[in-house]
Amino acid sequence: MGGVLKPCNEVETARVLSWAMAERKSLELVAGGTKRSIGRPMQTENTLNLSELTGISLYEPGELVLSAKAGTAVSDIKTVLEGQNQQLAFDPPDLSQFLRSSAKIGTIGGAVATNLSGPRRISAGAARDHLLGMRAVTGRAETVNIGGRVMKNVTGYDLCKLLAGSWGTLVAMTEVTLKVVPRPEAEMTTVVFGLSIDEAVRAMSVALGSSASVSGAAHFSAKLAARSEISEVSLFKKSVTALRIEGFLPSVRARKDILANALKSFGEVETLDENISPRVWREVRDVTLFDSASEDAIWRISTVPGRAPDVVRNISRCENFEALYDWGGGRIWLMQPGYGDGGAEVIRTVLDRFGGHAMLMRASPEMRSAVNVFEPQSDPVAALTRRIKAAYDPYAILSPGRMYAGV
Amino acid sequence: MIMLKMPDLDKRVVARRHDIVSNLESMLPTNCVVSHETEMRVFQSDGLSAYRQIPMVVVLPCTTEQVSKVLRYCHLNNIRVVPRGAGTSLSGGALPLADAVLLVLSKLNRILDIDYENRCVVAQPGVTNLAISNAVEEKEFYYAPDPSSQIACTIGGNVAENSGGIHCLKYGLTTNNVLGLEVVLITGEVIRLGGKHLDADGYDMLGLMIGSEGLLGVVTEVTVRILRSPETARAILIGFDTTGAAADCVGKIISEGIIPAGMEMMDKPAIRAAEEFVNAGYPLDVAALLIVELDGPQVEVDVLLKRVRKIAEGCGSMHLRVSQSEDERTLFWAGRKAAFPAVGRISPDYYCVDGTIPRSQLPFVLEEITRMSKEHGLGIANVFHAGDGNLHPLILYDGNKPHELEKAEQFGADILKLCVKVGGVLTGEHGVGVEKRDLMPVMFSENELKQQQRVKCAFDAHSLLNPGKVFPKLHRCAELGRMHIHGGQIPFPDIPRF
Repeated sequence: MGGVLKPCNEVETARVLSWAMAERKSLELVAGGTKRSIGRPMQTENTLNLSELTGISLYEPGELVLSAKAGTAVSDIKTVLEGQNQQLAFDPPDLSQFLRSSAKIGTIGGAVATNLSGPRRISAGAARDHLLGMRAVTGRAETVNIGGRVMKNVTGYDLCKLLAGSWGTLVAMTEVTLKVVPRPEAEMTTVVFGLSIDEAVRAMSVALGSSASVSGAAHFSAKLAARSEISEVSLFKKSVTALRIEGFLPSVRARKDILANALKSFGEVETLDENISPRVWREVRDVTLFDSASEDAIWRISTVPGRAPDVVRNISRCENFEALYDWGGGRIWLMQPGYGDGGAEVIRTVLDRFGGHAMLMRASPEMRSAVNVFEPQSDPVAALTRRIKAAYDPYAILSPGRMYAGV
Repeated sequence: MIMLKMPDLDKRVVARRHDIVSNLESMLPTNCVVSHETEMRVFQSDGLSAYRQIPMVVVLPCTTEQVSKVLRYCHLNNIRVVPRGAGTSLSGGALPLADAVLLVLSKLNRILDIDYENRCVVAQPGVTNLAISNAVEEKEFYYAPDPSSQIACTIGGNVAENSGGIHCLKYGLTTNNVLGLEVVLITGEVIRLGGKHLDADGYDMLGLMIGSEGLLGVVTEVTVRILRSPETARAILIGFDTTGAAADCVGKIISEGIIPAGMEMMDKPAIRAAEEFVNAGYPLDVAALLIVELDGPQVEVDVLLKRVRKIAEGCGSMHLRVSQSEDERTLFWAGRKAAFPAVGRISPDYYCVDGTIPRSQLPFVLEEITRMSKEHGLGIANVFHAGDGNLHPLILYDGNKPHELEKAEQFGADILKLCVKVGGVLTGEHGVGVEKRDLMPVMFSENELKQQQRVKCAFDAHSLLNPGKVFPKLHRCAELGRMHIHGGQIPFPDIPRF
């Protein structure tokens, strides 16, 4: 276990990296550290902790733009945005409970570096869709400016996309610039209880294809619903299919009716008001419905929404699995037994057939060392990945091995 | 024609032209290779017609496999390749090279799958942007990005340029609406990025590919998401006596939580030209005109119309008119959409600039542009995607007068430098191509440009794909990979360690 290097600013960050580069010292990149247990366990000698790089450096509500140093707490940014009735549309999850992390304060740098988004992903886009620019230090210890602060920019490659979701393996971000959006004036959630997964996915597809502009579409079993802290959700002991509508109040009311009409063939429709609705979506977003003490493996599967029931049926042939379906079925949080390969082989075989990818999000370090945490890549894509890594970090000093062996 | 420094002609390739043409003919079906000079003339330029070059040979493959064959052959034989869609690029992205194969994707023009259940369409790259919306119109769906060339431009070209349009403030650019790609690498290898599902499984190469201007790979299939058409849409014309007041109004609308489907601004010369051309009913006594479009359920549009009216009045609007019918809404837009040809009527030629600025800088930037217009002795009309800060000044000139095009280009370059100076960027939606290539150092440091080119090297180590575009200086990949450190000379940092 080496030292923790905690630079206070970008210049110091660059100096840490030039030292690491010259001495060939590998670094684990962290900021808040809430998502540290995701990925392959690394054999790094030192830790580069960016949590001292804090502060909002630019916020122009009328231009929908905000810049913050990478270590700024997401919660601080949310508070400032709320003051102007704005928000981060991609709704970064707080996975600290799900991951049983001792660190509780997620940072904006971490949110961008992992490209994790909440239920609103289906309508508003992912973290990467809201990243306008960043400042970062590459594995060559060069400080670079990427993108900009304006909404429309096609000058050169869209490197923001490449670096969002690069899990600290390409650059050390020092500052990010994000597009922010108005906070909806009102929200409501329409719920249908007791649907089977096949019915639920069909209902969600109908809802998402309607003119109700749904901004959240999730389904979970009665077993998961029983763990909800919201009595309106847990009480019925039935599966829950939830659809969120957000926007201006008169519009939300009108669209609630559109939605109820579209869903009437699926069963009785209940409405959760704006006091309860946000709590439901927080539970979905932060994945808190799984047993937090369990040693099982939890996967995040991204697939074709309509194929979700087939995907899960083909993976889990026995009955004792648990699944949380978000994004209309397009994202499945699937719990598998925490022994053997945690279901890796069967999951990937099934996804080869139905399309999509799977990532092992919660598992023991032993399992994360033994199985591919990230979806294995085809040969040409794996070769591109290695060459992109070398382009940014030729000496593999930045979180080496977190995503793939040798990257 | 203006002299543009393109990569040195590869004489060895040109000397083998005859063999190359017959090799390509043997690997492709008949009518897929064009090599006669007169027939190749239609391909000599794209939408930036000031630059022209007859390609060495044109190929029009019909399948992914054929694209792969051509690229593998070019890669093995060190032949450059310039990909082209419909050729509507405004930045010279598809400008041919005399020693390159022009790879035209227009025969790959089929829609492969319409999937309403998962709200997406799979199309070949040669399908036009509008054809996708038309294909799903019957079920009241559409594809959101709508560049003004949407009748002609192809989805493959949209991917290469990350095209925008008037609706992107609310619905995003191409990159926010593409779910998957099939790409052929210069080696001929075929890869799939994304699909009908969301998010990347590793590095986001899908996001990287979009807007890469044909430098990283050739797209042979695109999966886009489609949206349910809004129940209704209405447009409002709002006139102001200063551009500052109009800019202020745009900021206030957004600050109040309203993201209009479209929000366009025109200055006086643009309003006049457009009104004379299409009689859209634009007020002629205002200094700036906003067109604000609201869409969604009827009740929402009604509520927001009232709110926008109140905001506009608070900003001192002189003129306000709400469209009362679908025909009138279309008419309001007809003027804006015809702004370019309208300006073409008042001037023998015009040169369209495309920079983005932080919107608060608009009054200052417009003032500076007016000043520069006098300095350069050339007229100007401004249209502006006001919501997202994307400025399209149209520089008026006469190409028949000696040196006027050069003057117009210089004026355009000065405007773009100003955009960067105030915190904006060189191009919002038209791309760098050859047009803004030499301005890249205005926005990026040498290190930043080299880093971008290292990414290029990861995909195309010999710089065979669309060379001479985007980057002002071609570096050899080996040189870019080299590290310039001298062990021991980097000081151990005095960073606190814990």
